[in-house]
Amino acid sequence: MTRTEAGQVAVVAFAQSRHERATDGSSEVEMLLPVLRDVLDRTGLSTGQIDFTCSGSSDYLAGRPFSFTMALDGVGAWPPIAESHVETDGAWALYEAWVKLLTGEAETALVYSYGKSSAGDLPEVLTRQLDPYYLAPLWPDSVSLAALQTRALLDTGATSERELAGIAARSRAAAADNPYAQLRGGSVDADAPPADAYVAQPLRRHDLPPVSDGAAAVVLAAGRTARRLTARPAWIRGMDHRIEAHSPGARDLTRSPSTRLAAEHAGLFDPGAPPVDVAELHAPFTAQEVVLRNALRLGEETAVNPSGGPLAANPVMAAGLIRIGEAAARITRGEARRAVAHATSGPCLQQNLVAVLESDGSAEDGSAEDGLTEGGEGA
Amino acid sequence: MDDVLTAPMVVEFPFTRSLGPVLSAFLTGLRERTVLGVTATDGRVVVPPTEYDPVTAEEVRDLVEVGQTGTVTTWAWNGAPRRGQPLAHPFAWVLVRLDGADTALLHALDAPEGPGSVSTGMRVRVRWAQERTGAITDIACFEPAPHDPPPPGRPAAHPGTFPEPVTGIVAAARLDYTYSPGRAQTRYLNALAEHRTKGERCPRCRKVYVPPRGACPTCGVATGEQVEVGPAGTVTTFCVVNIKAKGLDIDVPYVYGHIALDGAGLALHGRIAGIPCDQVRMGLRVEPVWTEGGRHPDHYRPTGEPDAAYETYKELL
Repeated sequence: MTRTEAGQVAVVAFAQSRHERATDGSSEVEMLLPVLRDVLDRTGLSTGQIDFTCSGSSDYLAGRPFSFTMALDGVGAWPPIAESHVETDGAWALYEAWVKLLTGEAETALVYSYGKSSAGDLPEVLTRQLDPYYLAPLWPDSVSLAALQTRALLDTGATSERELAGIAARSRAAAADNPYAQLRGGSVDADAPPADAYVAQPLRRHDLPPVSDGAAAVVLAAGRTARRLTARPAWIRGMDHRIEAHSPGARDLTRSPSTRLAAEHAGLFDPGAPPVDVAELHAPFTAQEVVLRNALRLGEETAVNPSGGPLAANPVMAAGLIRIGEAAARITRGEARRAVAHATSGPCLQQNLVAVLESDGSAEDGSAEDGLTEGGEGA
Repeated sequence: MDDVLTAPMVVEFPFTRSLGPVLSAFLTGLRERTVLGVTATDGRVVVPPTEYDPVTAEEVRDLVEVGQTGTVTTWAWNGAPRRGQPLAHPFAWVLVRLDGADTALLHALDAPEGPGSVSTGMRVRVRWAQERTGAITDIACFEPAPHDPPPPGRPAAHPGTFPEPVTGIVAAARLDYTYSPGRAQTRYLNALAEHRTKGERCPRCRKVYVPPRGACPTCGVATGEQVEVGPAGTVTTFCVVNIKAKGLDIDVPYVYGHIALDGAGLALHGRIAGIPCDQVRMGLRVEPVWTEGGRHPDHYRPTGEPDAAYETYKELL
């Protein structure tokens, strides 16, 4: 996908819930509805004006088959709408919608995802995504698998427990400005020796994401429609997702070649491209941020997870979509010209999606007349 | 606001899975205290073995026997084992590269001296389960081994044939949930407990949903205004059930129908009794019959009123 061809679709609106440990007894659709209202209100569109709807969620979180069909009540699915669903993070639903818009079959798409982790025991539920022959019978929980990855990274000397504590502290401090985050501020002192007790050595409490209930929604629009719906579209310059071997023992857990490859194909490293101002990384565990920074070649000039990231709120199935939404929101607010968003799925960063987002022209004016022409010629 | 209802919910799903030739050989081998790997196209020995090359996706079938001692490549301490995990007392998760293998296998390491006794690079060996069935759990766990270097040389080829090979596994799983139907259905269920039926009206299209789910699927907006409907209603359509469902304590034949309660914008379904099956008809007026302590109507019976005119329910079919 070249920059020009891929530049025709933009994120024009983003909304999310206030993520919390357990929503107050609301059903999925009750949790989702205010988010859908919010995202549509930002564009002035009604549900009937959306060409394509795509969602991401998991029956294993809800414990019920076809649980996503109930959430469809929230988008006004009758009379029948053009709709699709992925049983993974909403970032992959956004990928499907992006492709749909690129084909020209739709001008607008509503993408949403949600997860109520509070219904079950999340680390145990996530064991069910594992290889049923060699892994699932051992019930290796998600925290333990992340701990194996963290130990491997510490062993290489690529990071230290102190650096990981610093990532936790920076993320939660950044979340102080994010009203939707679950863990905001906090007491982690990056300069003090790690004081939290080990949860799963080498992981300490601060290395873990919170368990969250939450939802998110994004509206995508193509070309001229995007300009009509927002003054500052966040153009998707490229997006790709790649997967690695499933078995954690068959991979080098300290590297993420799938992220690197997806980033290459998404145009992140294009020669002459402007610097990356913001990176929103779906790294639920601190050490994974180190792996991803390396894979994405992020330097000091890039602000990583200014929203607080998944260490501040981790609604499973929505946390990846939120990364794209947060990155786009920085562009929409004129705070960034170029941003990269990352989403992950599977154990220990097995599968990774990378999206590169850019503003029209400069972030200073960002007007519709400046920079991009209709059809999305690159600035 | 009412307290939202919750209830424990257990989901159990014993999947029966077949094995390909490589997985069958590997799991049967475990039953026979033999650990097999497969040689990938680049010559690497993959343990646990896959049916297909991890890089090229070509079929791989060349089996080798690897050692039962290996080296820890990474580890994590598990101080609070969960249900189903290999050991009930605190243990280390380890990735172990068995002698002769080029990839690592995930399992538990029994380390009674605690996390201070575990390190990357330590030597460990297989502890076999007493009863072995042809499953990854035939390895009970690993245990510390003397710090001898791995033996030199490449692993020997193995035919992968055993008497009575394992051809499938039953992967049992159980997950525990706390289910909440949400606010709208809680209101509905609480009203039903008082033998009243409450729907919710869409603020935009004015349709009354029974049972309510919190949103209007046509308008995509929240429903909030509660509307009591019924108790009587009209049969909009029905069927005669002649096959007894497993575990259902109702004699066949019986009638199952769609019933539009008076004031409701759509029909709900329920059993219709107190009338011979062949006399149930569209337009029949019915009312709920409650049993002692029941949270739902047990069934609906004729009210004796004249039938409703088709015009009154044709939009509710």
